[in-house]
Amino acid sequence: MIAIVDYGVGNLASVRKAFAAVGARADLVHDPIALRDAAAIVLPGVGNFGHCARELARFGFPPELRAARHRGVPLLGICVGMQLLFDGSEEDPAEVGLGFYPGSVARLTGVPRVPQIGWNAVRLTGDHPWLRDVADGDFFYFVHSYAAEAVDDVTLGTMDYGGKRLAIAGSDGLLGVQFHPEKSGANGLRLLRAFATADAGVGAGRRG
Amino acid sequence: MLAKRIIPCLDVRDGRVVKGTRFTDLRDAGDPVELAGRYDREGGDELVFLDIAASAERRRTVVDLAARVADVLFIPFTVGGGIGSADLAGEILRAGADKVAVNSAAVRDPRLIAAIASRYGSQATVLSIDARRGPRGWEVVVDGGRTPTGKDAISWAELAVAGGAGEILLNSIDRDGTKLGFDLELTAAVADAVAVPVIASGGASSAEDYVTLFRRTNADAGLAASIFHYGELTVGGVKDVLAAAGIPVRPPERAFA
Repeated sequence: MIAIVDYGVGNLASVRKAFAAVGARADLVHDPIALRDAAAIVLPGVGNFGHCARELARFGFPPELRAARHRGVPLLGICVGMQLLFDGSEEDPAEVGLGFYPGSVARLTGVPRVPQIGWNAVRLTGDHPWLRDVADGDFFYFVHSYAAEAVDDVTLGTMDYGGKRLAIAGSDGLLGVQFHPEKSGANGLRLLRAFATADAGVGAGRRG
Repeated sequence: MLAKRIIPCLDVRDGRVVKGTRFTDLRDAGDPVELAGRYDREGGDELVFLDIAASAERRRTVVDLAARVADVLFIPFTVGGGIGSADLAGEILRAGADKVAVNSAAVRDPRLIAAIASRYGSQATVLSIDARRGPRGWEVVVDGGRTPTGKDAISWAELAVAGGAGEILLNSIDRDGTKLGFDLELTAAVADAVAVPVIASGGASSAEDYVTLFRRTNADAGLAASIFHYGELTVGGVKDVLAAAGIPVRPPERAFA
């Protein structure tokens, strides 16, 4: 079973329906303990980073997410769920992320429009088993005002919005995407299908 | 690079798509979910569903529509028409819509925008403005263009964004249904006044209208209804012309297989 972390944030119905469309069963999980039985975990999130971090903690998810990460359970972070993989965000410096990756999340600057809303092309800079069906330059749907800035090189994909920004971060068993694969048409469904049929995702790495 | 968006709009009444000019001379144009699928296949970047019946007893239909669309469509969509409370907005979003568009009710009570944005985020909160040229600039009109409000459209857009609106859907009542092309002056004025994305609407009849829109204004997206419904234009055809003109668009996707 794929567990979609339900902490009251995000368009969870769309994520569940997108998995259904690729033939995978995904259930909303309210109880953190239930993550112990999950074959794979999706961490969604929209809106304010601080609100997401607070709600995730209030429901008691962070320790179980860390434990799942330790066991190597495949984990996919979407949008603010991806940002939560990092240490924190300048959107709410009082709150902390899960800290799986060092680095912080910063407001988009130097662009006429914030949030970025729409389809942007993703340049792949690294390999990951769950990206096997994604082609360099594929378009995905973004809705965000902040983007993570990775310290270590976990960058697997970037997009251009007033400069090069992080679109995909990942490593063995873990992937974060700033865009919404559940709203990115066939390109997004391909990514979700690869994730749904994944083992622990061993084989991630930088390109070239 | 961020692509300019082409957005087919479906005017829905009693669960069916209708389209004349927006508020009169309605013609049945089909099943919304079926049409939505067609627009998705043609390359529509997102969809807007406007419930033009918008009476209280039909609210349930709108929520059901959002759920049915979300079952089969995996691109973003907005639902608007008669949304007067954050609770109803929440129901529609939970059913699977990505954004809700508010119009008349927000004019009557601007706090509605903040109420929705604070609960569901600015990214889910679209302000739809129907604007008509007046003696001084553009005036906001409501109830499908019938009722003037005395509000200046540009000031209203600025106020709404300050209150939490994350996108502006700007419909020119003067151009709606005329096929005279987008209202470039109005669109440019609003798109330059606010820092959130602006969707231009009203008057498009050709791919060239879209080229002109994106060359002459800072609009982020162009919306149209009837020209796509009746096959006068296809989304893909518009995008081909835009791409040839050097305007960034999302190319046709590889089929899911």
